[in-house]
Amino acid sequence: MKKSGATQSGLSRRGFLKALAVGGAGLAAPSLALAAPGEASATPGVAADAELVTVLDLSRCIGCGACVEACREANEEKFPEPTKPFPAMSPARRAKPEDWSGRRDIDDRLTPYNWLYIQSVRVRHGGADHTVHIPRRCMHCVNPPCANLCPFGAANKQTNGLTLINDSLCLGGAKCRTVCPWHVPQRQSGVGLYLHLMPRFAGNGVMYKCDRCHQRLDRGEVPACIEQCPEEVQTIGPRREMIAKARELAESMNGFMYGLDENGGTNTIYVSPVPFELLDAAIEQGRGRPHLKGVADVMAEENSAATAALLAPVAGIAAGFLGIGARLLGPGEDGHATQSKEGDDAR
Amino acid sequence: MRARPYSSWISRLFVVSVAGLAVTGLLQMPLAERYALTEVPGLAWTGDFFLVHRLHSYFAALLLFTAGLAATNWLRAWRDRLALTPLGAARVVILGGLMVSGGLRMYRNLPSVTLEPALVVTIEWVHLGLAVALGGAALAALLRGPSAYARLR
Ligand code: SF4
Ligand code: SF4
Ligand code: SF4
Repeated sequence: MKKSGATQSGLSRRGFLKALAVGGAGLAAPSLALAAPGEASATPGVAADAELVTVLDLSRCIGCGACVEACREANEEKFPEPTKPFPAMSPARRAKPEDWSGRRDIDDRLTPYNWLYIQSVRVRHGGADHTVHIPRRCMHCVNPPCANLCPFGAANKQTNGLTLINDSLCLGGAKCRTVCPWHVPQRQSGVGLYLHLMPRFAGNGVMYKCDRCHQRLDRGEVPACIEQCPEEVQTIGPRREMIAKARELAESMNGFMYGLDENGGTNTIYVSPVPFELLDAAIEQGRGRPHLKGVADVMAEENSAATAALLAPVAGIAAGFLGIGARLLGPGEDGHATQSKEGDDAR
Repeated sequence: MRARPYSSWISRLFVVSVAGLAVTGLLQMPLAERYALTEVPGLAWTGDFFLVHRLHSYFAALLLFTAGLAATNWLRAWRDRLALTPLGAARVVILGGLMVSGGLRMYRNLPSVTLEPALVVTIEWVHLGLAVALGGAALAALLRGPSAYARLR
């Protein structure tokens, strides 16, 4: 396999700080990811150098689980400590608490206490058997539906490309889990803001998922799972650079990529020597165990609707200048004739 | 006497868009499934977060069109002959805030846009607060009799 320095060795601490400085320049201005002139990018946000991407070289992962352990240790203080008994919820038949607090050790799926787990499979490809281990967690989508559709602003994409659920604002309605193409966020009941509002009628805890160790990133450190991996499976860096590296890596192993285009683009790119269709067919799937299928951009239609709405006032102003609806009716005027005529005009 | 001096189709566009926005706005919260709205025949769509979100945008488009039309007519033709009622003025201000915050919210969701999270939270809660305020003002206007935003001077 071709050795490509940075991808294989991971960014050094120094290199990473430099990368953050590049990102920092983007942070100062609202990071509207404008494509540089001449750079027609098919992937939204490709030019957003403020955004960090992780590349996972699956050919290197030995499934040792050191990253899973590191994730728990690094994030332990953020894990929920629920108050029990949970408040009664109505209607009891449909609103059920979700409690993982007694099963904190579970590490074969995503839970509020396990934000990263390893899917391990054996597949046959190209006449050879391959054992592949796939570390799974939030993909940190470029245009994350979990954040875009959160009605309380609790889930948000940061300007450095990670998506974070604010545990002091989240009400635990789990809408983010429903709209996430991988159903990543996991709920713990008995914690959070809903307890102080109307716990019987609204909310059901707080949603948890990988936050890309945002405090570590802010300190200029790499996420714990990246730092502790003995095989240097993951690399993190500015989006454009990482995409180039992922492509190079995929080419070097005659391999395949997942996450670059999924859901309109994510800030996580898996590179594998075997096709993801084979991996998807082999992995165990279900609640807290995400698939590896191709995902179309779930926000695409929302974007067209939003664009229509943002242009609508212009149409209204134009109609106003055409005099549509301008006629006023005095007292006693019934205005029926005018009304229907203008009604027709407006349609 | 007519309750409103402007054409009634404008009022109707307005009422339809605001009612649609109120319903689809409430449905942004994950209530439909929990409160079995999705089980009511014909209302299964209320549980489709993407659809409900899109509908909210379409009703917003209708409201923004109507607002653009009314504002232009106001500036060009109406302002000498019409005066806002006090509750009308209050609701215009609240609606303005709702449109600006909602517009920013839609802008934020565009694929190439990332706003500071603190700003997004502010936009979100201003929008929620103003929606409640508009409900209050509309109720007050209805209780006080003629609920028109403007009357002839
Ligand atoms: S620590 Fe590295 S090698 Fe071990 S399971 Fe995690 S990614 Fe794979
Ligand atoms: S993978 Fe799911 S939880 Fe993560 S950013 Fe994308 S939509 Fe949100
Ligand atoms: S980035 Fe941090 S929170 Fe996310 S999986 Fe790695 S260690 Fe866990």
